[in-house]
Amino acid sequence: MSAPLLAVRDLATHFFARNAVLKAVDGVSFTLDAGEILGLVGESGSGKSVTGYSLLGLIDPPGRIVAGSVKLQGRELVGLPTAELRALRGRRLAMVFQDPMTTLNPVLTIAAQIRLAIAAHERVSARAGRARAAEVLTRVGIPDAARRLDAYPHQFSGGMRQRVAIAVALLNRPDVIIADEPTTALDVSIQAQILTEMKALVSELGTALIWISHDLAVVSALASRILVMYAGRIVEQGPTASVLRAPRHPYTSGLLDSLPARAEPGAMLRQIPGLPPTLAALPPGCAFQPRCPRADSLCGMAPQVTLTGVRGWRCHHPLDGGPP
Amino acid sequence: MTGAAGPPFIAVTSVSKHFDPQLSLGERIAGALGGAVETRAVRAVQDVSLQLARGEVLGLVGESGCGKSTLGRMIAGILPPTTGSVTIDGAPVMSGGRHPRKRTTRVQMIFQDPYASLDPRMRIGDALAEGPVAHRLSARADAAAYVAAWLRKVGLDPDAAQRYPHQFSGGQRQRIAIARALAMRPDVLVCDEPVASLDVSIQAQVLNLFLELRRALSLTMVFISHHLGVVRHVSDRVAIMYLGGIVEIGPAASIYDDPQHPYTRALLASVPQLALQGDVVATFTPIAGELPSPLAPPPGCPFHQRCPLAEPRCRDQVPEMRPVGPQHAAACHVLQPG
Repeated sequence: MSAPLLAVRDLATHFFARNAVLKAVDGVSFTLDAGEILGLVGESGSGKSVTGYSLLGLIDPPGRIVAGSVKLQGRELVGLPTAELRALRGRRLAMVFQDPMTTLNPVLTIAAQIRLAIAAHERVSARAGRARAAEVLTRVGIPDAARRLDAYPHQFSGGMRQRVAIAVALLNRPDVIIADEPTTALDVSIQAQILTEMKALVSELGTALIWISHDLAVVSALASRILVMYAGRIVEQGPTASVLRAPRHPYTSGLLDSLPARAEPGAMLRQIPGLPPTLAALPPGCAFQPRCPRADSLCGMAPQVTLTGVRGWRCHHPLDGGPP
Repeated sequence: MTGAAGPPFIAVTSVSKHFDPQLSLGERIAGALGGAVETRAVRAVQDVSLQLARGEVLGLVGESGCGKSTLGRMIAGILPPTTGSVTIDGAPVMSGGRHPRKRTTRVQMIFQDPYASLDPRMRIGDALAEGPVAHRLSARADAAAYVAAWLRKVGLDPDAAQRYPHQFSGGQRQRIAIARALAMRPDVLVCDEPVASLDVSIQAQVLNLFLELRRALSLTMVFISHHLGVVRHVSDRVAIMYLGGIVEIGPAASIYDDPQHPYTRALLASVPQLALQGDVVATFTPIAGELPSPLAPPPGCPFHQRCPLAEPRCRDQVPEMRPVGPQHAAACHVLQPG
């Protein structure tokens, strides 16, 4: 097997609050192959976004990557000087955020922002910049792109703005795009359009994609492999179909069972009891233990990762996988 | 659902809401002097009629800008319609005149964002007691016990009364918002995206709470959401809205299993659904095009530009709601023989 495009090992990103250390990401390991679409699923506070930001070194104090390694084609990114990270960001690794209104500069035209993104990595004439901008906008499905180059972000709809953000991410044909809940703020019909376009774009360009979302169905529509995060750790991973059809971790199984689609209309949903833990007061051992129907005294000790081929989970009492 | 005769419990009759554009000072002066000022109103809701039976849960579904929240607010009596009326048991929910006011406590509303709908500087107990004491549902002296009882009903510890909103998680805050609405002893709850801001595992808990309370208190509910799965789960009947109007309404099972309007079909198909079997884990089909601006709605059927079945008459004739099944109606020319 060839070396993966991106290899993350024991990544730990902690936030140093006044009287607590919040372990937002606590020992995350995974790999990403070229052209692969990986889904990163979890609830708020699970560490999925911080994991994404850590890959690009976008962690500001009081947060810090305290341990672990992120290797892009064998090159270590953790601890890289800011200047070198900046040269990589947008060129090799790009990011799409949830809210395009806050990522686009409201006082610059679309053409100007795209030109800036190009100029960050290469010298480009104004005319060539416009031509490239029109080309990427067309590629992400913006009709009549050349005419809309001089529009400002507020003149675009939410879906169109997110397309612009995706166009900026694609500009330099990065190896990896990290997309953090990019369709959560959009209407379902626009979300479906963007999912379809993203899927086609990454397969056409050979870009690998990490899609971060709380929505299991959206991630499953896109990703070939899924990582499920809980309280800063990956608790389950594997091919999408296998994780969804035969979850091994009680948390994954609980999440799937709590979806309204899994119950008769009007019947009580099978809910996961309790609240997600606060990072400042994690229970000892398995973080899911207080909410887990299968927990016993063994769960007071943190479970290690069990790996079997492509599947992995972190649980003392995994569910019976059954046929994958 | 009850099909009893007599006046409907809630009647929404030909309700429209237009929002006039905010004019600048210059435009207002120009207008006063007789100049031509563009005053295109946003037609947020256009000529909507519907009825709810007592104890029924109606889901209102649509994309942003379709008017579902505006319609919900008019039913809740906190936004006066431009034209048309909303009545409960025959009595209007708002007074008339130049400054319409809500005139009943029988309808209460729950909003999407419990961070914004609770006063951050008011203790939970005070926030919950304010309405009931003002409306004499509870004596001031008994308010603490009254509040404690409602907190218990929504699954919170009565100690919560002493605390402030920031000390609670999103799901707990939404429970507090539900308790505050229920403490007014309403017959009707209008819930506007009540679980949209919650995590998946918490969403299920709050949905279960709605189901329990509905049964225990025989509530009538208008449940507004863009999340089709959630709406199906809690609703008896569902109305699909598009650009300010209802395009299809019917029993939840009919809407989801046998949708008639091309927009309803396309909307249902565009949501990724987890398949339980087969190689494909989740499937979806996008709808072509974007929502037209409510400032300049297209003539004819509002959906005709994106509709795969559109015919020439869809471009200039507005389709009317017509029955397509038992209790099931849709506004589409193509469903009706020309």
